[in-house]
Amino acid sequence: MSRIRTQLMLCGGTGCKATSHGVREALQKELEKRGLAEEIQIVETGCNGFCSVGPVMLVQPEGIFYQKIQPKDIPQLVEEHFLKGRPLKRLFYVEPASEETIPRMNEIPFFSHQLLWVMRNKGVIDPEKIDDYIATDGYFGVAKALQEMTPEEIIAEVKTSGLRGRGGAGFPTGLKWEFARKSPGEVKYVLCNADEGDPGAFMDRSVLEADPHSVLEGMIIAAKAINSHQGYIYCRTEYPLAIHRLNIAIAQAKEYGLLGTDILGTGFDFDIEIYEGAGAFVCGEETALMRSIEGKRGMPRPRPPFPAQKGLWEKPTILNNVETLANIGQIILKGGKWYAGVGTETSKGTKVFALSGDINNIGLVEVPMGTPLRTIIYDIGGGIPNKKKFKAVQLGGPSGGCIPEQELDTPVDYQAIAKVGAIMGSGGMIVMDEDTCMVDMARFFMDFIQDESCGKCTPCREGTRRLLETLDRICEGKGKAGDIELLKELSYTIKDASLCGLGQTGPNPILSTLRYFRDEYEAHIYEKRCPAKRCTALLKFEINPELCTKCGLCFKACPSGAIIWQKKETARIDKEKCVKCLSCFEKCKFGAIF
Amino acid sequence: MSQGFQPQHPDITEDSWNKINEVITVNRFKPGSVITVLRECQNIVGYLPVELIDYVSHGLNISRSEVFGVVSFYSLFSLVPKGRHTVRVCMGTACYVKGIKEVISRIRSNYQIKEGETSKDRRFSLEAVRCLGACGLAPVTVVDHDIYGGTTANRIIDILEKYE
Repeated sequence: MSRIRTQLMLCGGTGCKATSHGVREALQKELEKRGLAEEIQIVETGCNGFCSVGPVMLVQPEGIFYQKIQPKDIPQLVEEHFLKGRPLKRLFYVEPASEETIPRMNEIPFFSHQLLWVMRNKGVIDPEKIDDYIATDGYFGVAKALQEMTPEEIIAEVKTSGLRGRGGAGFPTGLKWEFARKSPGEVKYVLCNADEGDPGAFMDRSVLEADPHSVLEGMIIAAKAINSHQGYIYCRTEYPLAIHRLNIAIAQAKEYGLLGTDILGTGFDFDIEIYEGAGAFVCGEETALMRSIEGKRGMPRPRPPFPAQKGLWEKPTILNNVETLANIGQIILKGGKWYAGVGTETSKGTKVFALSGDINNIGLVEVPMGTPLRTIIYDIGGGIPNKKKFKAVQLGGPSGGCIPEQELDTPVDYQAIAKVGAIMGSGGMIVMDEDTCMVDMARFFMDFIQDESCGKCTPCREGTRRLLETLDRICEGKGKAGDIELLKELSYTIKDASLCGLGQTGPNPILSTLRYFRDEYEAHIYEKRCPAKRCTALLKFEINPELCTKCGLCFKACPSGAIIWQKKETARIDKEKCVKCLSCFEKCKFGAIF
Repeated sequence: MSQGFQPQHPDITEDSWNKINEVITVNRFKPGSVITVLRECQNIVGYLPVELIDYVSHGLNISRSEVFGVVSFYSLFSLVPKGRHTVRVCMGTACYVKGIKEVISRIRSNYQIKEGETSKDRRFSLEAVRCLGACGLAPVTVVDHDIYGGTTANRIIDILEKYE
């Protein structure tokens, strides 16, 4: 029998996979060539989380972290590190501020500020092997729940933990289960919401890709708690890798007797099926999701009755988000008190965020509740690239809001975030620098909401369209006095009168940008000026000779040859040829183009 | 042959009809299977012509309007033929912040297609899609099954020119 001395945890998340063509093959070939294939094993893991420096690889057990690996680096890497025992410095992580190289993963600031509970197995186990998951205490929670606990005890433990739904609304999970438990009926369903539709949110995808069994474990425990025998995972079709890995995980769990009939010999039966979505954002809403599983148009219905009483096929149903379910196994194993030991008064445990946009360290971060936003953006995220200034951070996707600089010390906490005009949401965190136009941003979200509005209730269907038209007008320089008031009034009406969460929260991006960036709206409307220089209709496409340094960068950037420039001469723009692509605006460091 | 009638359609071959019949037979008595059936039919044919929608409705014993309602509701389904290559540009927030708008306008002007359209020579179908969840690579463009990260307006045409 061969002995494996080293494991190479190669990230197989969507981000890294898109850029790592041939790395795995090159690595395998090189190891074989050097006669190391017996003792060094390549493991393709789920998303490691540090997407911006991908493709990444972690060498275990040393914990050496390599970034931006390309096939051409492999021969040198294998020779230096695995043959001669000298880790290859060239591929280490470099701290942007201090330019210091950091070899070990847990010493990199991006990782060292995090607390990994939900993502404890990311990049550490092979998501396609159930044995790897069991080796990290996986399914121990199921064993405990099924063999030693009554349903009431399970629900009590989850209530003690203070866990709240991670899908956005933050409803206490234990309470939801209790309602479904008490609902009369023989047939009940456990659903997992993996229809992660918020733009800029990819936490659930990563959990499913990196640790699918943790979600199955949560579902089995939930099933025991409410006495359900059938579960569904509703996963969006845009996540093929997640669906693939879930299928493998379900097959393995069945083989090990963790799903199916008589689970672990306790006489409890439970099965899980995957249901693939078909591309409709509103299906993330609970009642719409259930309609979609029933094969109908995914449109929400009024509540009550709540799904805990009448859900899928009119039977009592609980629907939990991927991240919520991934917490359950450990809560049962280690106890609700352990879980509640971290966090704030009203928000317990950890929260995963998908950090993206104008930030150095794009990726997934998991932090204890109560961590200030500033820590996430500057210490973990590494701040804003290209020496630009921070403008706002967008939380909660199209239902959320923008938080400006002065509120950055707000802690991650359901109440505190709501107080500054955003929502915790599912965990999308998009950082925007000074070049982002907040009116355009609001327009972007309204375009999304308007497009995804299912059309069932009038306030949302008609109201969001009117909001979008107004914003379009403002961005095109046709805004007029009274528009801001109109936006506000309409927003509140839509919030009050809409049927489901989509409309009730849809106007939030407008209201929060109006709250903090009203001056930008006013500049668009009254001065016909876009301060961030993003709205093309408000730009003149001319060059200010006083600011132009004659460097010629705009000339090189222009794709349509519209810039007239010679050395030591001020540039000009030929408006006939200009296609208004903004390439020159991005390149000009002096703000000379307006 | 599982059903009495089988319409003629230029885009559906005899072999495709056999596969479609199989899909319908397997799912006929499963409640709520219409989305699954439509998905597989679209995978077989490439899109969902009206004749096929009628056929599915007959096969599953669901009214035509209900099946059509499902098709028109979900963005996955298409009633018109697709180009040889599908270009999906991600309209997620991260990609938007990083300039996907410029990428789209470059594609628009270069190939004379708008989002949701297919170019006249059926070379490209352009789709603006919801967040692909690969925000680390923003702005993201997916051509068929190839994911391209960091697709700036200047790079996009070079990428697309590789697809004939």
